Amino acid sequence: MNEIIVNTTINGRREQLRVDASVTLLDALRDRLGLTGTKKGCDQGACGACTVHLDGRRVVSCLTLAVQADGREVLTVEGLGGGHPMQEAFVRHDAFQCGYCTPGQVLSAVALLDEGRAGTDEEIREFMSGNLCRCGAYPNIVAAIREVAGR
Amino acid sequence: MTFTYTRATSQAAAIAEVSADPKAAFLAGGTTQVDLALKDGVIDPRRLVDISRLPMAGITVDGDALRVGATTTMAEMAADERVGRLLPFVREALLLGASPQLRNMATIGGNLLQRTRCRYFRDLAEARCNKRTPGTGCAAVEGVARMHAILGASPSCIALHASDLAVPLTALGSIVHLRSGGGPRTVPLTEFYRLPGEAPDRENVLWHGELITDVEIPLPPTRARTTYIKVRDRSSYEFALTSAAVATVVEAGFVVSARIALGGVGTIPWRAWEAEDVLRDAPVNDESFRAAANAAIHRPFTVPGTEFKVELAKRTLVRALRITTGLVAEPTS
Repeated sequence: MNEIIVNTTINGRREQLRVDASVTLLDALRDRLGLTGTKKGCDQGACGACTVHLDGRRVVSCLTLAVQADGREVLTVEGLGGGHPMQEAFVRHDAFQCGYCTPGQVLSAVALLDEGRAGTDEEIREFMSGNLCRCGAYPNIVAAIREVAGR
Repeated sequence: MTFTYTRATSQAAAIAEVSADPKAAFLAGGTTQVDLALKDGVIDPRRLVDISRLPMAGITVDGDALRVGATTTMAEMAADERVGRLLPFVREALLLGASPQLRNMATIGGNLLQRTRCRYFRDLAEARCNKRTPGTGCAAVEGVARMHAILGASPSCIALHASDLAVPLTALGSIVHLRSGGGPRTVPLTEFYRLPGEAPDRENVLWHGELITDVEIPLPPTRARTTYIKVRDRSSYEFALTSAAVATVVEAGFVVSARIALGGVGTIPWRAWEAEDVLRDAPVNDESFRAAANAAIHRPFTVPGTEFKVELAKRTLVRALRITTGLVAEPTS
């Protein structure tokens, strides 16, 4: 074991964690901090369910070590507060079925707008390709993002 | 599976720390390493030395080349104005690889060192893998193959090098800058990777503890036109079945020069020297392009699952050449 103290800001709140070096950010969020909004899908960086923002950039938390978040700011779906325009658009457009991939989809969609990648539906689809939805809600996800983008 | 973690305070310290411990490794973006160590258990580093916060990232113009710091992320490189303007097909390759999340994490040095996607290599339930455990055989040669190599392959290993970025970098004759305890050295990317031969576990010329510090990318002539064409099973977020990176200069209907590398087909990013020779001073037409493609896919090593790649790779190259030489106006993929 190699326990390390990690000082990080999660959803605007400073947190100090003592974690083993091999603990992922995803597991630290869910199991140590009780922030279970971030979902574990494939756990191998292939599905995007665990997407969070690290210093404002979207990453997959399953392949991020918790120690790599030291000194950095993490945003999870809980930090969006439930009333974020993207969350409301997802609800309005029925952009999910089972909802398991939705936190990752929403965080990816918020980042996509910051990146200026919502110019066309084709661009939205390409830059949302890191988030899989097994229910196939893709058309409604694109519609929700399009609406928030003001197109 | 556990390891110790340290955050390097300098390049020299990182190199010294990894060099001193045979079970130590550098950690940058982690997208390959965390996956293979923690999830698949295929690699077993006991000590990870995090270099991601060292001041190594960034892109500079260095004479007729672009120099990219090894810890620059794929997203940062793709967003760089000079990359888009001077190396458009490098930008295309970056944006056709992985997903936006992974591109925010993965570094350029790590991209070059990414491990193969061969399912047998990544599955400990399969005992036969010469790359993972030398001398055990190759399950892919006898098993189900599709995302595997047909060039540079042998009965001992058909594992594919899956990088998109490395393909245009190989076409341009990029140079990898390395640093070890013994000092710095440079290696052309075309000599950086080893063919599997009898030792598929030795993938490149790096010494233990040697660090990639920069990648130097020579700029193509300003009148060159370039493209990166990637063919895959899904329209996005998928590794290449075949790909081609091409930079050509055309004058009065003839090819003056061509730089070509292929992806999705080689155990290493595949520079198609023979195709470049065929195209020199050749007329811009499909006969020339087909001849170049035949020269590029010379004596492939196929298994039943990969036979389709022979023709697909040729057509991918022909399409790329049609685009850069102006024979067709736009990519049709």
